[in-house]
Amino acid sequence: MATEMPRTDVVVIGLGAVGGVAVLPLVTAGLNVVGLEAGGWMSSRDFAPDEIRNNIRDWPQAVPKAKSEIPTTRANLNFEAVQGGGHPMMNGVGGTSLHYWAQSWRLNPWDFKTVSETTRRYGAHRIPQDSTVEDWPFGYEELEPYYDRVEYALGVSGNAGNIQGKLQPGGNPFEGPRTRAYPMPGLRSSPFTDMMGEAARGLGWQPFQGPAAINSEVYGDRPGCFYHGFCDRGGCHVAAKSSTAVTTIPEALKTGRLQVRTHARVLRIVNNADGRLTGVEYLTGNQVMFQPADAVLLASHTYENTRLLLLSRSREFPAGLANNSGQVGQHYLSHHQGAPVIALFPRNLNNWYGLPAQGVAIDEWADDNFDHGDLDFIGGGNLWVHTDRKPISAAKMSTFDLVPNWGAQWKAFIRENADRTNASYVQKTTLPYRGNYLDLDPLVKDKLGFPVIRITAEFRDNEKRIAAFTQDKMEQWYRAAGAVQIIRTPLGTGMGTSTHAYGGTRMGDNPATNVTDRFGFAHEVPNLGILGASVMGTSGARNPTLTAQALAWRTAEHLATNWNSIAG
Amino acid sequence: MNKNNKNDISTDAMAGAGLSRRSLLKGAGLTGAALIAGGSPAALAQAPAPAATSLRIALTEAFETLTAAESAALDAFASRLIPSDDGTPGAHEARAVHFIDRGLTGPMAASREQYAVGLAGLDDCARQRAGVPFAQLPAVDQDAIIDAMTRNAIPEFPMLNAAFFNTVRTHTIEGTFSDPYYGGNRDFVGWALLGYPGVRIASSVEEVQLGSALAPSRQSAYDMPAHTKDPVGPEAAGGASHGH
Repeated sequence: MATEMPRTDVVVIGLGAVGGVAVLPLVTAGLNVVGLEAGGWMSSRDFAPDEIRNNIRDWPQAVPKAKSEIPTTRANLNFEAVQGGGHPMMNGVGGTSLHYWAQSWRLNPWDFKTVSETTRRYGAHRIPQDSTVEDWPFGYEELEPYYDRVEYALGVSGNAGNIQGKLQPGGNPFEGPRTRAYPMPGLRSSPFTDMMGEAARGLGWQPFQGPAAINSEVYGDRPGCFYHGFCDRGGCHVAAKSSTAVTTIPEALKTGRLQVRTHARVLRIVNNADGRLTGVEYLTGNQVMFQPADAVLLASHTYENTRLLLLSRSREFPAGLANNSGQVGQHYLSHHQGAPVIALFPRNLNNWYGLPAQGVAIDEWADDNFDHGDLDFIGGGNLWVHTDRKPISAAKMSTFDLVPNWGAQWKAFIRENADRTNASYVQKTTLPYRGNYLDLDPLVKDKLGFPVIRITAEFRDNEKRIAAFTQDKMEQWYRAAGAVQIIRTPLGTGMGTSTHAYGGTRMGDNPATNVTDRFGFAHEVPNLGILGASVMGTSGARNPTLTAQALAWRTAEHLATNWNSIAG
Repeated sequence: MNKNNKNDISTDAMAGAGLSRRSLLKGAGLTGAALIAGGSPAALAQAPAPAATSLRIALTEAFETLTAAESAALDAFASRLIPSDDGTPGAHEARAVHFIDRGLTGPMAASREQYAVGLAGLDDCARQRAGVPFAQLPAVDQDAIIDAMTRNAIPEFPMLNAAFFNTVRTHTIEGTFSDPYYGGNRDFVGWALLGYPGVRIASSVEEVQLGSALAPSRQSAYDMPAHTKDPVGPEAAGGASHGH
């Protein structure tokens, strides 16, 4: 029998990148909020510059819950799904925003209108036939004010490219118009990014310093970045990275209306005979608790959002909460970030210090920023090179087929070249497809005996063609900067686990093809809001977090503004 | 001073430096099981100061899970992967085998069986070919076996395959180039090999311009007060005061 806790207005499940943002507009509007977080608090002491801990033995996390919930993966029905690798999410106050790269992009306006814009410019036949892609229920303009709020609430550094329609020097000329500049200028460049920027300009491209939720100067009570590195999978030792654990969550706590309940592992979301939610059941230690609430915001990362809904079965929702449509788990995609190009330069690049968000970007070949008339795909990729190198990964560098990968020759090779190599990071438009989905694995269970998520998904021709196309552009860029050797890696097949995971609870006006409405509330369950990239129907060609955070702010604000009709 | 490299420190020096029991324990932990048999880190730390004539603790190289034969074969193997016959330190000098030994008792435990089978296979293979264990083969013969492993070309010893090679290569690289806290990269020899100037709390524009010409920091992440593994008071804990 669960122990019942005192009633609250809103329960937020997961205090990570999106739940940690949503609490702020809720408490500001006067609502009482209980945040249930499976992990605990971590401090700057936990975020040492330690490649073994961060990169080899999983990233720092407060509890190992996610480790026993790693999804199984298969490309399609012809394969057995197998479990492997790590879990892309983590447990802890701040969640993945503790260890993310903190690249904080707004999506391109095209990403919201992929179907209609492609049809208008090239014809409907250019949408891949097996894709289930839809236009978002609103455009970039609708989300712009929320992007702005989050950029200022967290602290994002960047150089604006388009302020109210006026192009800005040094910014991304292809970005959607923004109301105002970023709260801080972009992170500093490095000798390497300067060199790459120069080469890009020589090609007639327009390089720019990408945006990051990392302070480039003092912001509020937090310092600017120390540029010591090790934050590609680690937290920040000086809290210069704008994770929700050091920004919106402490801000919300100041009101006294947010209760952070750590080590609270949600088991299921509970509904009544009317199909409305009554609260959330969770496990803490060995005690089962029940937290009654008038509204629930589910904010536990894409894989766990779908899993918790499918595990929350009831008489009213026999196939899982909000899933009488059968749409929970559909339209899943994980971002095509693979197929990098790796370069070798004839001199040291001085890349030992710095961070992955300290990079230079090229957007000429992303989204619909170039003419696709004679091409056989839609969308594109954002080209990104950055300053970041750590000793173990440096020693594991590609040998470019010049030497064996062990012994005296290899040792001499890495001695000479450890600081002369660079791998690009190219994020590509990825679409949802029929046959790509999430469900519960029929065999593999977590330590409590609950099934883990099973991923059935693979990249299709559109993703592979973008990969091949952007590899050409990336090689051209590296060659222009003086690279003497180039390796192209394979184009990718399986759409497995990724921090950049989308869908499963897609947002859209049509309840037959979407789980949530345009405000992020479940079509079938009016007092259930869903936060995270799981509501996004397209990936864009850039990191999802800022978009998921802007959507979270908007959903929370919508709940507060329409409290009586949603929760009453 | 590098606190992770206690092998050459005399007890006198320790007493003279007035090291607390806490830092002594930390030092013991940092060097793994590199302590004399029968003297656990705690027992050693609590022992009365030895007579002045006993100038040095003879720090033998004890292993936590590897047997003597396994450690000999593994050290020989790792020494061919990152050799030191060019006169500069390699995996042996970095003590990569000690890193692997410690890892196999915990985070790398899933590989323990593979090591047991693979290292026994190496010795069996060497004995069959030359009548001696792998560690006693001439380097050229060791290399021939390793090369055959990478090509899955030792059918009579199927455990000597590319998968085992890759496991040992990965762990040897980690042990040679990781933070010395984990028992390898002794005296920062791995970082020196790469020209990596070491972990720092911050890096300025000027330091970045210097690149590998920058003076090495010669510290472990856990030598930094911000990340020390020593117990600290709430004031030094930092960052945990989020209003709860």
